[in-house]
Amino acid sequence: MADKVLMKGNEAIAEAAILAGCRHYFGYPITPQTEIAAYMAKRMPKIGGTFLQAESEIAAINMVYGAASVGMRVMTSSSSPGVSLKSEGISYMAGSDLPGLIVNVQRGGPGLGGIQPSQSDYFQATKGGGHGDYHLIVIAPDSVQEMADYTVKAFDLADKYRMPVMILADGTMGQMMEPVSLDLDIKPAPEKPWATTGTGCERKHNIINSLSLVPEELEKLNFERFEKYAYIQQNEVMYEEYMMEDAETVIVAFGIAARVSKNAITAARKEGIKVGLIRPITLWPFPTEVISKAADKAKRFISVELSMGQMIEDVKLAVNGKADVELCNRAGGMIPSPEQVLEAIKNGGAK
Amino acid sequence: MTKQILIAGFGGQGILFAGKFLAYKGLTEDKQVSWLPSYGPEMRGGTASCSVILSDEPVGSPIVSNPDVLIAMNIPSLDKYEDSVVPGGVIIADSALIDRHVKRTDVTAIEIPATTLASENNMPTLANMIITGKLLEILDGFNEESIRAALGKVISAKHADMLEINLKALEIGSKL
Amino acid sequence: MVVFDKPKSLLDVSMHYCPGCTHGIVHRLVAEAIDELGIEGRTVGIAPVGCSVMAYNYFACDMIEAAHGRAPAVATGVKRSNPDGLVVFTYQGDGDLASIGMAETVHAAARNENITIIFINNAIYGMTGGQMAPTSLPGQVTQTSPYGRDVKACGFPVRVSEMLATLDGPEYITRVAVNNVKNVKEAGKAIKKAFQNQIDGKGFSLVEVISSCPTNWGMTPQKALQWIDEKMIPYYPLGVYKDRSAESKEDK
Repeated sequence: MADKVLMKGNEAIAEAAILAGCRHYFGYPITPQTEIAAYMAKRMPKIGGTFLQAESEIAAINMVYGAASVGMRVMTSSSSPGVSLKSEGISYMAGSDLPGLIVNVQRGGPGLGGIQPSQSDYFQATKGGGHGDYHLIVIAPDSVQEMADYTVKAFDLADKYRMPVMILADGTMGQMMEPVSLDLDIKPAPEKPWATTGTGCERKHNIINSLSLVPEELEKLNFERFEKYAYIQQNEVMYEEYMMEDAETVIVAFGIAARVSKNAITAARKEGIKVGLIRPITLWPFPTEVISKAADKAKRFISVELSMGQMIEDVKLAVNGKADVELCNRAGGMIPSPEQVLEAIKNGGAK
Repeated sequence: MTKQILIAGFGGQGILFAGKFLAYKGLTEDKQVSWLPSYGPEMRGGTASCSVILSDEPVGSPIVSNPDVLIAMNIPSLDKYEDSVVPGGVIIADSALIDRHVKRTDVTAIEIPATTLASENNMPTLANMIITGKLLEILDGFNEESIRAALGKVISAKHADMLEINLKALEIGSKL
Repeated sequence: MVVFDKPKSLLDVSMHYCPGCTHGIVHRLVAEAIDELGIEGRTVGIAPVGCSVMAYNYFACDMIEAAHGRAPAVATGVKRSNPDGLVVFTYQGDGDLASIGMAETVHAAARNENITIIFINNAIYGMTGGQMAPTSLPGQVTQTSPYGRDVKACGFPVRVSEMLATLDGPEYITRVAVNNVKNVKEAGKAIKKAFQNQIDGKGFSLVEVISSCPTNWGMTPQKALQWIDEKMIPYYPLGVYKDRSAESKEDK
């Protein structure tokens, strides 16, 4: 373990992004993710990169849009209210098929809400957020190591599929320190012949654009994009199964909720209760198939969330009536305790 | 074995720093560790706390709600967290700032005037490390090698001259 | 003998602009500047939302379509990606630049972002059919100010060049017009200078171009050009509002 360093989740994201070749960061301060900006402000000037504190989250995401157009590995980060502001730009990136990383270190909402950890931007992240038919690949790390690993992975996926990718973390993940190895799986970015790098008077001009005024053509673009999404759903789902072999009760939880749930599962197992965990790592694409299969055997599912119950809708769709689906949750910046989850395992959560 | 530690006090007392030191020390000893601060407005003068977990197993939830050890460096912290300590656990309180005794009888209560000791030893900002020294002694004794290694990580290069005095503060605490 | 030639940087496609609209003139001036400076191969243009939304189809250089008002932020991202290699310009109307995109405009100027902005001020929202713009004149009748712009209810027009010139950031702020041959020639010079400044690393250069919108002003093209002289220029005087390099020369 000698090669491990202690880092905050936010710092791990920033350092991993740099290691992945990201040299352009545009952001705007907001708690609890500001360490990312601070880290970038310190490091970028020393490695020939760009750190720019934009005038707003709206400007920041559009700077990302610009740098992505030139083919750069580029990112921004924010927390819930700021991500709402970025939603316009994210929709434009999706519509222009631009790769880029958006980090959302969630806090409680709606509105200005609070600053404590939350998972209540699940709908926003996985169902759109901005306008129009589009998806982001949404990755939910549950440790500082995963914050680093999946930041690298996010850049790879963004480039591979030419689409924006979101890391959906929360205040706990951003603020906590854990040992992290920075020996990461770095792959070079692919060629980007579509980028607006200047024609050099040697090729036809490239256009980065999401405008298409002929509905037949725009429909075709949407169909094509959704063929890509279908491929991603087949090939890029990530999840973890924990003590699932004989599980009669299945907890579905991501991020900090999964960490808390593991404590509860350990305690429940000591009492002989057969309970396991499916932890979606990609929230989009959602691990529908593995949950559906588990529902052939398990009697009940409990969705543990730091929200009023958002992921539970996807769990219900996956379970498709084959088992009961219950909710165990806290909201507004509160985190369920292992005891609360254990109680839900023993005596049922809210239906 | 897993130790769940909660350190709480005023912002500015070095609560987060003491927690970081413990986490780094765990890391140098090949333990699984996590460190989670309270964050927000309390960073600026209100109450601050941090959760530290040291374990031989992968750490589940990083949130310490029922600590094995509570370090309370002011009255609000003792009031708030005293009841949450597991039976048989340990409470270390800074008796220089807390004018009441620990009420729990099912825990080991250690009351030391850390802030007074810090002033007397010309290290007024290091009450946190004196009290942490006591914790080290309870946990696994005073191992100077791993303490030095951890201090080297947690003290930035800019303040490297602070290492020795931090070590001394820990030592004072461990001998109480 | 060639008496008229299309600039190389302008593609040979038909434009969607209304008859008598001056966008075509300004497009040509921009393309001429790019040609004369020999930078077509390393220029990236940013199109706005508004009448010139499809400018990306007209310029031969690489083009990016930005969200409404965000062109200066997009340009910032592009320029910072390759500060020495790329020449970046935005082409924006008054609604885009001075209303929804005012923050992006002001902050790009304050940062002295090394980009070139071509700002078309025709005192109206053209694309959406003639609504009041931040630059519509007091009393001007539009679809959303049918009784004339009432400054008590909807405030006064924004003089963008004057306002930006108060900032320490920008290098070059100028206002030109394209309503007669002399003014068109001046406008061409200003636009070329705005690109040259960027090539020289001098920073933020904005050329405000007073333009006409005969369709939405409800005038013939000729009458619209007269209206520029009679109404627009008195409110928006032409001239150089800031030229840091020239000023510092004078100081010496």
